[in-house]
Amino acid sequence: MTRISIVLLAAFFTLLGAFSQPLAAQENPYFVAYDHNLEEPGNLEIEYFSTFGTQRAGNDFHAFWTEFEYGVTAWWTTEFYLDAQSTFHDSTVYSGFKWENRFRVLKHEHWINPVLYVEYEDTNGTDKTLKEVVGHDMESDYLTPNAPVRVEHAREMELKLILSINTKGWNFSENIITEKNLSNEPWEFGYALAASRPLALKASSKRCNFCPQNFIVGAEMYGGLGDRHSFGLRETSHYFAPVAGWNLPSGWTLRLSPGFGLNDNSHRFLLRWGVSREINGFDQMVRHLFGAKS
Amino acid sequence: MKPALAAFLVCVMLIAFSESSAGIGSRPSGLNSMQFRFGADTYAELRKAPEKAASRTNPLENDPEAITAGKLLFEDHCAECHGDDARGGRKGPNLRVADVQNATPGTLFWLLTNGVVRKKMPAWSKLPELQRWQLVRFLKSPGSRASTETVAKQ
Repeated sequence: MTRISIVLLAAFFTLLGAFSQPLAAQENPYFVAYDHNLEEPGNLEIEYFSTFGTQRAGNDFHAFWTEFEYGVTAWWTTEFYLDAQSTFHDSTVYSGFKWENRFRVLKHEHWINPVLYVEYEDTNGTDKTLKEVVGHDMESDYLTPNAPVRVEHAREMELKLILSINTKGWNFSENIITEKNLSNEPWEFGYALAASRPLALKASSKRCNFCPQNFIVGAEMYGGLGDRHSFGLRETSHYFAPVAGWNLPSGWTLRLSPGFGLNDNSHRFLLRWGVSREINGFDQMVRHLFGAKS
Repeated sequence: MKPALAAFLVCVMLIAFSESSAGIGSRPSGLNSMQFRFGADTYAELRKAPEKAASRTNPLENDPEAITAGKLLFEDHCAECHGDDARGGRKGPNLRVADVQNATPGTLFWLLTNGVVRKKMPAWSKLPELQRWQLVRFLKSPGSRASTETVAKQ
């Protein structure tokens, strides 16, 4: 395990140890797609995710990131990411940070629920998290060794329209993605589709780790749609990935997803896993830290 | 140091915004500062439920396990704000008052589904429908109703 991944994991578990009020989470199992359910106000969710990817004609890689997701209000969730990656037989590097915000547009639930997503990315050329696929992103883009692309610097804005439905225990989500490098590059487009459902819709009358309602399974599909000059499926990559999530009563959530490239431009295989925990009443803890009286 | 300072300031501003948009209203005497500050319109959202939604009946009305399951769901998702005994907490109002207890199951289900997002009550549509009905069963169960109080008397 590399030094950066140890630091990220250590930060993750230290924060969890410091703020260890349990809160049973009800998280979706997605890695790429978003639904319209936002973080509860005042709660902080700390998440660690890994992606192992195969690379034809090059070295396989392990990209990993930590997320800090905070519910500012019931209609606004903000999230900060720290990204890094290890390319086998090469090196481990810090890839950059991302700051995203999601805004719920409508006051009430509707058949389709829109959420606006705005993200600022400050990354170098080594980013391999594949958190979204846009434009003409292809497997061959990841062939270059870390050293030369580490000095590249990209500042990007990403906008998404999240459309999501909760019905009969199912969640169906569609994300329409646009991304713009803030230097003079064209708008790029992408998509993510997802569906999931708990194994049981009724909660058990006993607390249990293995109750079927704690397991959520589904699938997601995502890929690029070209850019402003060449919109479409030509020279784009696409993935299909079954997803599974396990929401433990202790407040932990575990996720696992094997992903498969759907064409020759895609990585053949991506294995993703993640662990997260929600910290209840984080806003109150911070207030106490600064001496506010309860 | 500049990025770290900027990140710190952003965090402070977010939490300040989060706090400033909390429950609005005056705090009646008798409530300590850990309890939700409510106003005359605290329970007004219940009256906004459409007639069709309010008239829905609970499909788990005769399910003997629904109250116990609802209690566990309440502890997991609601007690943080509304208090362990549903009498109100630091973020959410008392749910044992007459306004809530006299509301129809359909009204409570509608409120759980939609939340009151402008006042920090999240929409709970991410819980499957049957789990929301289990919560409604718990909220309207005899144990929950036993000590019903009215806001006006506090």
